[in-house]
Parts: sequence; C-alpha cells; structure tokens
Amino acid sequence: MPLTSVTKDAVQLTLTVVGDYPVPQQRLWDAFADPRQLERFWGPPTWPATFTRLDLEVGGRAEYFLSGQNGEKWSGSWTYTAVNPISSFEADDGEDNTEDEDMPSSMKFTFDATPTGSRTTIVTRFSSIEAMEQTTPGMEQGLRAAMPQLDVLLAERGASAAHA
Amino acid sequence: MVVLQEESEESLNQLFRALADGTRRDILARSLTGAPSVTELAARYEMSFAAVQKHVAVLERAGLIQKRPNGREQLVSTNQARLRRASELLDHYESIWRQRMAQLDEVLLPKGK
Repeated sequence: MPLTSVTKDAVQLTLTVVGDYPVPQQRLWDAFADPRQLERFWGPPTWPATFTRLDLEVGGRAEYFLSGQNGEKWSGSWTYTAVNPISSFEADDGEDNTEDEDMPSSMKFTFDATPTGSRTTIVTRFSSIEAMEQTTPGMEQGLRAAMPQLDVLLAERGASAAHA
Repeated sequence: MVVLQEESEESLNQLFRALADGTRRDILARSLTGAPSVTELAARYEMSFAAVQKHVAVLERAGLIQKRPNGREQLVSTNQARLRRASELLDHYESIWRQRMAQLDEVLLPKGK
C-alpha cells in the first residue's frame, strides 16, 4: 500500500500525508501537475473533481469544482506560492464561495526520489478548525482511524466501568 | 454540504488547544474513570496546586470537563460528547486524504499492483 503514514497535529492544525510509490519522481509529479490526472483522485468518489484551470507557476491559480450526486457544485481554488519542478510546490487554498481575505489553508507537496521509486509528503496547514471544515464538502463517508490518545482514554473508561 | 454540526470557530479552537497538553489529557483520563477532586488531581503531578487548577480551568472552558461542588471540594468529570467531537473532526479530514491516496494508487498503479 503506497500510503505510508498520516499524521495529525491538533496543536499546529496540520495533517501530513506520506506516500511511497514504485514510480519515478517525474511520474509522481505529473500526477499532481496535470489537471486530467489530478481530478481523478482529488475529489471523493461521490464528489468527483473537475479542474477548469491549472497554471502551475508562482502566482498562478488552479480552479476546480466538485460535483455532488444531486447536481450540487462546490467550487475551490488554489494560488501557487512556490513551484520547484519536479521536487515541490506550495499553494494557498482559496474559498470561492466566500471572499475571505484569510486563506483557510495552505498545502505543501514535496516529491523525492527514493531507492524504490519516489515519495510524496503532503502537509496541509489549517488556519482554524472552521477552515478545515470549509475544505471538506460531503465527506461523511470514510475510514475510521481514530486519534489514538482519545481511543486510549475512552477504552480506559470502558474497562473501568466493567470492573465497577 | 458539510455534515458536521455548526459550531463557532473559537469554541473549536479552544477545544483543540485544550487537548494539546499532556497533563490535561491525563486529567481527562482520570476524570473519565471517576470523579476526582481537584485536590486529588493536584497530588498526581509535579506542579503546584495553582498550575493544576489552571489546567482544569482550560479544560472546563473548552467544555471537556465540568466541576460540581461536594462539600468543600470540587469534583471533576468529563464531558464525553465533547471529547468525541474533537476526535471526529480530525478523523474526518484524515479519511479524505486516505480516500485521495487510494485513488492516486489507481492513477499511478493502474494494474492494481
């Protein structure tokens, strides 16, 4: 499974995703740089993405929308703030529905060559929990992978109740 | 659109800040298993009573615990619904990325290898 790790930091409000792939660095870069490839994995299955623009250069924009099952559309955009082919790029996440001067989140994508292929490290940083919610339409389905600390807390309580 | 319940940004930030500290998580764990008094909690940690009181106050403001008086003591218990809410938000976002990466697999490794 190419997904190597997902790390959540509730203090910094960051989520870091690492994936290792048996493909060259260029191939991995292309998957994120080519809108036709990007839209095949950016939206969840029930909310497929369509990229209408992708200018991968500093100051350039990517614009996309997600299509819901009942015909609803949810728009998003990024502004690229750093671009270093084929090793990294950074983007601020814009919210097209509200003209908010505070960017809700930023993302840094890093691509490295490894002995077995290539690795991508994606760090998403949210300015607030509200920003986190704005970037996630219709995502109710998904895998359960709970924050271990909370699981431990809740499990401890359960064990104690059983003893009582 | 977003399934999660509406809640103010400030209240959610407070929640995450409260959970970001090891001592506070430990206080939460102890107040889940019983209803310790602040004095009992303070005896557990290598810090002043006042410092423990401050941690308890942060947890209380975030809605994670509540205090109730019992004679001259304050007993601390956890608000479980609130605790689950913090976990839920983080899990939610993680699930999106897991989904994306699974789809990226299909793009990069179309033979299912």
